[in-house]
Amino acid sequence: MSALRPDLAVIAANVAPRSRVLDVGCGDGALMAALRDTRAVDARGLELDPLNVAECVARGLSVIQGDADTDLGYYTDGGFDYAILSQTLQTTKRPDLVLDELLRVGRKAFVSFPNFAHWRVRASLLWHGRMPVTRLLPVAWYETPNIHHVTVRDFRELVATKGLTVEGAWFLSGDKRISDAAANWRAEHAVFLLSR
Amino acid sequence: MATAAILTSSHVLELAHPLPLDGGQSLDGVRISYETYGELNADKSNAILICHALTGDQHVASPHPITGKPGWWIRMVGPGKPIDTDRFFVICANVLGSCMGSTGPASAAADGLPYGMRFPVITIRDMVRGHVALLDALGIVQLHAVVGGSMGGMQALSLAANWPQRARAVLVIASTARHSAQNIAFHEVGRQAIMADPKWQGGDYYGAGKGPEAGLAVARMAAHITYLSEEGMHEKFGRRLQNRSAKTFGFDADFQVESYLRHQGLSFTDRFDANSYLYITRAMDYFDLAEEHGGRLADAFSGSDARFCLVSFDTDWLYPTTESRTIAHALNAAGAPVSFVELSAPFGHDSFLLDVPALDRVIGGFLGQ
Repeated sequence: MSALRPDLAVIAANVAPRSRVLDVGCGDGALMAALRDTRAVDARGLELDPLNVAECVARGLSVIQGDADTDLGYYTDGGFDYAILSQTLQTTKRPDLVLDELLRVGRKAFVSFPNFAHWRVRASLLWHGRMPVTRLLPVAWYETPNIHHVTVRDFRELVATKGLTVEGAWFLSGDKRISDAAANWRAEHAVFLLSR
Repeated sequence: MATAAILTSSHVLELAHPLPLDGGQSLDGVRISYETYGELNADKSNAILICHALTGDQHVASPHPITGKPGWWIRMVGPGKPIDTDRFFVICANVLGSCMGSTGPASAAADGLPYGMRFPVITIRDMVRGHVALLDALGIVQLHAVVGGSMGGMQALSLAANWPQRARAVLVIASTARHSAQNIAFHEVGRQAIMADPKWQGGDYYGAGKGPEAGLAVARMAAHITYLSEEGMHEKFGRRLQNRSAKTFGFDADFQVESYLRHQGLSFTDRFDANSYLYITRAMDYFDLAEEHGGRLADAFSGSDARFCLVSFDTDWLYPTTESRTIAHALNAAGAPVSFVELSAPFGHDSFLLDVPALDRVIGGFLGQ
């Protein structure tokens, strides 16, 4: 098995074995395949890009082509132990509503996103006055799919406003863990495990 | 056509018992013509049933006996192909009501004369009942998969809903769980064209020389339009003229598209029976899987443990993506493992028969599990 992206590895390591998982924006199915193969998880996926869906089907995964913004409504309440949204929240039209939907279809939700308050991003804005193009955010502002830039602190605030419970939080720079206190400066990726 | 050797054989099964039909009647002495490819393994677990479309037949990967053309899915079925006959035992049976060897309106009734319009109206589920009888005769308790495009997809869905233990995987391409008003409307145009042909004679044209070929050709022409995309048709024909430099100010086939459709219509009459066309289109119009199961499509699949895969094409306006998506959502609601993908291809409904590499990958990947 090829190495998982660090945020996916965190999720994979914290999903209970033999649970039911919905991976929203599952890409080429790397996480789903890992969950199936290492934790005997019953994984289902939702993915926008048809070529990615084809790749998933070729891996023997069950994936439906659809849009996180509109198609979660077709899933029944509490049908999954976990709903997973990795690196997709910042691309949705209404991240707050998507979060509600995740915790409707899943009893718990893993959400991972790139932290726009990382020091490189801040430095790029401060010193160059430019929207950052970094290792983590490699695409220029005009063609990036990221339409809702979010920081660790922003996300914590949204979670508090919604009265959600943070069951776990992991902050990463590359594959290195960053402490909670330094997260908003130093984390490139954040992974939250939420419940109602 | 130079392909690697493929182990093909043709068979006819005669059912020992009458086949009960949805219409309330039953049919005696039913014959089912079928082809097989590859070898059935010892525990009979490697069989794939391919269900053909409206005017298709059992010759999925072997030459058509009348036209001599290669099998209709030769690009998908064969050694090393996405439906790999080195690994799977592939069965394709001519549907009940058709005219390629299975019992249909052109077959002889008990009095020795062709049924004609005395043939009972059949349904998609009746066709599948015939397939199940064939599986029983072959001793195949459970298929590795049932696969079908268009009307073949309806049969695959019907098998999954009504005989849920008979297939471990169900692959449905460019199909629908029910015929829409527009689908029925196009079929009605075709049927009226046949029945308006004086040579149809109430369906009793067998042995009287030529049947309603003009009517059948028009039916095929109308249907053929629905199999193509507007864009594909424009690209293929545009407004180009057929072997002439100017319009003739007459009603000859001035345009290439006219000439093409006339050819499609006429050549179709060489290989297809007009009454079969009436009966099979009727079966498709009657198809509504939700209606068969109390009005809720999800309930149709409540007894199923199978894996499902649905594929649609973005230029298919006959059975558009929304139809496949509806089925995928129903399967999801029923808790079934389901995949759904809309592929991009320029060929309209016919895309499932043509060169769409992503389709090969989806089919190969799904069936390879």
